[in-house]
Amino acid sequence: MLELRDVRVVFDGFHALDGVDLTVADGELRFLIGPNGAGKTTLIDVITGLTRPAAGRVRFGGYDLVGRKEHQIVRLGVGRTFQTSVVFEELTVLENLDLAACFRKPLWSLAGRRRGVSDAVAEALARTGLEPLAGRSAGVLSHGQRQWLEIGMLLAQRPRLLLLDEPVAGMSKDERDRTGQLLTEIADDHTVIVVEHDMEFLRRHASAVTVLHEGRVLVEGSVEQVSADPRVQEVYLGRRPSDAVGK
Amino acid sequence: MIKRNLPFAAIAVIALVAAPLLLEPFRLSLLAKYLCYAIVALGIGLAWGQGGMLTLGQGVFFGLGGYAMAMYLKLSESGGGLPDFMVWSGVEELPALWAPFANPVFALTMAVAGPVLLAVVLGTLVFRQRVRGAYFAILTQALAAAMVILLVGQQGLTGGTNGMTNFFELFGADLADDSTQRVLYLVVAGVLGVLYLATRQLVNSRFGRLLVAVRDGEDRVRFLGYDPALVKTVTFAVSAGLAGLAGALFVPVVGIISPALLGVVPSLELVVAVAVGGRQVLAGAVLGAVVMGYAQTTFSEQFANGWLYLQGALFILVMTLAPKGIAGILGRLRRARTA
Repeated sequence: MLELRDVRVVFDGFHALDGVDLTVADGELRFLIGPNGAGKTTLIDVITGLTRPAAGRVRFGGYDLVGRKEHQIVRLGVGRTFQTSVVFEELTVLENLDLAACFRKPLWSLAGRRRGVSDAVAEALARTGLEPLAGRSAGVLSHGQRQWLEIGMLLAQRPRLLLLDEPVAGMSKDERDRTGQLLTEIADDHTVIVVEHDMEFLRRHASAVTVLHEGRVLVEGSVEQVSADPRVQEVYLGRRPSDAVGK
Repeated sequence: MIKRNLPFAAIAVIALVAAPLLLEPFRLSLLAKYLCYAIVALGIGLAWGQGGMLTLGQGVFFGLGGYAMAMYLKLSESGGGLPDFMVWSGVEELPALWAPFANPVFALTMAVAGPVLLAVVLGTLVFRQRVRGAYFAILTQALAAAMVILLVGQQGLTGGTNGMTNFFELFGADLADDSTQRVLYLVVAGVLGVLYLATRQLVNSRFGRLLVAVRDGEDRVRFLGYDPALVKTVTFAVSAGLAGLAGALFVPVVGIISPALLGVVPSLELVVAVAVGGRQVLAGAVLGAVVMGYAQTTFSEQFANGWLYLQGALFILVMTLAPKGIAGILGRLRRARTA
């Protein structure tokens, strides 16, 4: 469904992505990990059109994504969240979700008032457990609730591919568990790519993992395979001190 | 629903019934002038207050509307001949640009369509390039400055610095007559009321929510699958259309249109008025335009140039102490009373 071939991104001579190949199949839940600066977020940025690669191809469901505008890629069915959650604080939770759900409607049809709650929005509210907060303004939500609202906004758009950038960063233990649960549910009927730092979260919820390091794919495999791989241990734990000093 | 519209209904009764009965004709036409500015303010409230586009060039759109109307008035009086100022400037033949404005329907359509078209072209160019914030503000201000230069330079076509004045009749009615001015006042007030309701409807619609979302997180909106440039262009065009219509109404009410009425300073004054009234509420924008218009007249009558200092001071005070303007203060009072 998603296929990246030899994607390269250069920022001022720094190779943020240095020839990445990645294939994600329909219905898969894929975790993307790697140390800081490995290029995880850059990879998401390339898929969603925020960053234009210097070279390489990005194909999604038969479409070439490189060169398309951000909103056009969203309309093809690719949704993303950001590390720092951005919800519209002056709108209510329900209005945030409704806005997300209306994105395929022509602009003129938005001149009417919202009447009732559409199925997609009701479903997103139920899944994220935000129903009791529907009428509250998004500005009063806690950090965890904001992340769920963002995920809910994605769900309301019924995307084919979801890209979640560090969804549990800064969350409490309880919030992590809730998010993990939500993630497992979503993965049932969506293709999902999750960028995550948190190793414990990974062990509990991940099956397929891709490890990025210095702009390249280091290893791909199950959590067990990946965490047993000596190269991954080296990257994460710096087993060879001589290398660590050199960088 | 009824309760919500009660203040609007009360103000409508005062404006449409009480004001024409109580105010002397001179004051009534001054009020009509403020209400014309209030229509522009409505557009600024929409573009700036809701959409975050600080437009410092609404005078351009106001002027386009005003000149379109003035061209019609001039031509209808000269009976298709040359308008007075062209004769003085030595123009011998009616310019081709002028000819279609002899038709009132064409002139009125252009008063709105011209500004809308200009705003669409400008918005498409500017918003696609993701020009925003101060850069957008400076750009619109430059546009106002350029417009003045253009108008002044084309003496034979536009009346130059003097603009156009000496209008005597509109659709056969004597403009100097008090009853004509009263009708004009009622038309302006009615148009403002209808436009206020329509704009409020737009602000409360899904489009209005989208506009606020664009203001607060343009990039996030992009990743919801919307094109923020389109949303902003549409909004900017609506605000331009409002200003154009206001300009067309202004000319028969006040009896003049000239570059001094639409340059950088008047454009800024309107933004100040909206800020003072409260940019985040449409009613605040309207209120600000009327209050500041009234204050300008009153203080200029007493202190001549003192008004400019007072206006500046007021703007600074509002920006620092009450960023939500008069509407914000009223809202706080109301909440304090109900609580």
